[in-house]
Amino acid sequence: MSPFVALILRDIRLAFRAGGGATLAAAFFALVAALVPFGVGSAQLGVLGQIAGGILWVAAALAALLSLDRLFQADYEDGSLDVLALSPLSLEKAAAAKILAHWLTTGMPLVVLSPVLGILLNLPLPDFGALVASLMIGTPALSAVGAIGAALTLSIRRGGLILALIVLPLITPALIFGAGAVNGTGGGAFLFLTAFSLAAVALSPFAAAASARLNLGS
Amino acid sequence: MANFFAMGGYAAFVWPAYTATLLVLVTTIVLSLAAHARARKAVRQLEAEEEQSGAAKT
Amino acid sequence: MRITVLANPKRFLDLSRALIPWIAALAFLLLAVGIYWALFQTPPDYQQGQTVKIMFVHVPAAYMGLMIYGVMAGSSLVGLVFRHPLADVAAKSAAPLGAAFTALALLTGSLWGRPMWGTYWQWGDARLVSELILFFIYMGYIALWNAIDEPQRAAKAAAILSLVGAADLPIIHFSVEWWNTLHQGPSIGLTGSTIDPAFLWPLFVMMAGYTMLFAWLWLIRMQTEIFERRARALMLAKGA
Repeated sequence: MSPFVALILRDIRLAFRAGGGATLAAAFFALVAALVPFGVGSAQLGVLGQIAGGILWVAAALAALLSLDRLFQADYEDGSLDVLALSPLSLEKAAAAKILAHWLTTGMPLVVLSPVLGILLNLPLPDFGALVASLMIGTPALSAVGAIGAALTLSIRRGGLILALIVLPLITPALIFGAGAVNGTGGGAFLFLTAFSLAAVALSPFAAAASARLNLGS
Repeated sequence: MANFFAMGGYAAFVWPAYTATLLVLVTTIVLSLAAHARARKAVRQLEAEEEQSGAAKT
Repeated sequence: MRITVLANPKRFLDLSRALIPWIAALAFLLLAVGIYWALFQTPPDYQQGQTVKIMFVHVPAAYMGLMIYGVMAGSSLVGLVFRHPLADVAAKSAAPLGAAFTALALLTGSLWGRPMWGTYWQWGDARLVSELILFFIYMGYIALWNAIDEPQRAAKAAAILSLVGAADLPIIHFSVEWWNTLHQGPSIGLTGSTIDPAFLWPLFVMMAGYTMLFAWLWLIRMQTEIFERRARALMLAKGA
């Protein structure tokens, strides 16, 4: 088994342990989706279906954020990150592995959960396929860009808030294209979303590794 | 003159825009200059103290 | 003059000390001429009436917001690649100025749009919306600088963030524009029709004035940062 795969499996295992955060993100996602109708108000429930795609995308972004500081923080605190940096696996590949694991444990549960929440939010039936597809394609971008923020804020106490402030503006394109893809109104929404995700996943390990290196060995 | 201040009926927008511009720019200038003066004073003070303690030692 | 000459703080301080009065004077001169010209010598626009006068404070502010981000990202790149010692000072000093100009652009843009759109904010104006995101990016950058205790680490982290932001900004702008094509937004953006030469010259003067103002405040803030670092070093030496 290559070190790359081993790292992915290890991170997945850790995520599903108690306090690991995988179920936390999914629960948060569901909670946000369930709360929005109360905010919208019973008089306005008619519009719920029209904005369901957007609501779910915002909820997904927030849920991904919630679990992001776990990406590097836990390893940083117990010294595993230092060990990783010294291992034969380059820090860039390690970052890529961690991003992949994060997506599998945080993004994918959201994808699986989304149809149920779509029902909750009166999402029109034809849009369900687009919802699942857009989340599946777009959540890797959330993990990738989020990883950069997570690495940058490693050494900050209570860095979660700064992490959110840094990451959220950067993932605006994913939100725009993702929500647009669900509604089906956008020509090329899926195309642009895929392009953004691919670019994010391909490039972010370099930025994340550089940021993580900053906080190590000092 | 009254015409000028009325700005063709858009006075409520043009004047606040210019006022906001003035306010933001002046505040930025004042804050920058104040910080500059504070920092320069601090360095002068510390350098003077360093000289004094150096002179006291010799 | 080679860039390395400026690396030595003392050289930079001497050079900036000499330049600052001239740049400040030029800034005030240009701004005075520009504002007088804009307010007293320009005709009303055939479409926008007198609200077009807001253009003279909005467009330069918006332009500065973007240009300063470029300066910030450029300085960050120089700092990361060439390890120029003043690069991170330059980036850190530029950021609050960029944020201030962007905020000003948002304020004036909102006021400019109100007569046209009927609302103080229009999601349909892609440039204004992109400026809002830019403002948040500035806030995150400044927050990151302030949150990391160790200055060297903060500088490098902020540098990486500014470069990531620089890569993302065109994408963000594109996505906002794309988003706007989905619904019938107002057909008139803020600058609307092509700019009449009567407006173009005072606009250029204002933009030059804003640029000089930035240059002046940037040098001031860089000096401040250098003084603060020196003060900190002296305090540490004193404690030792």
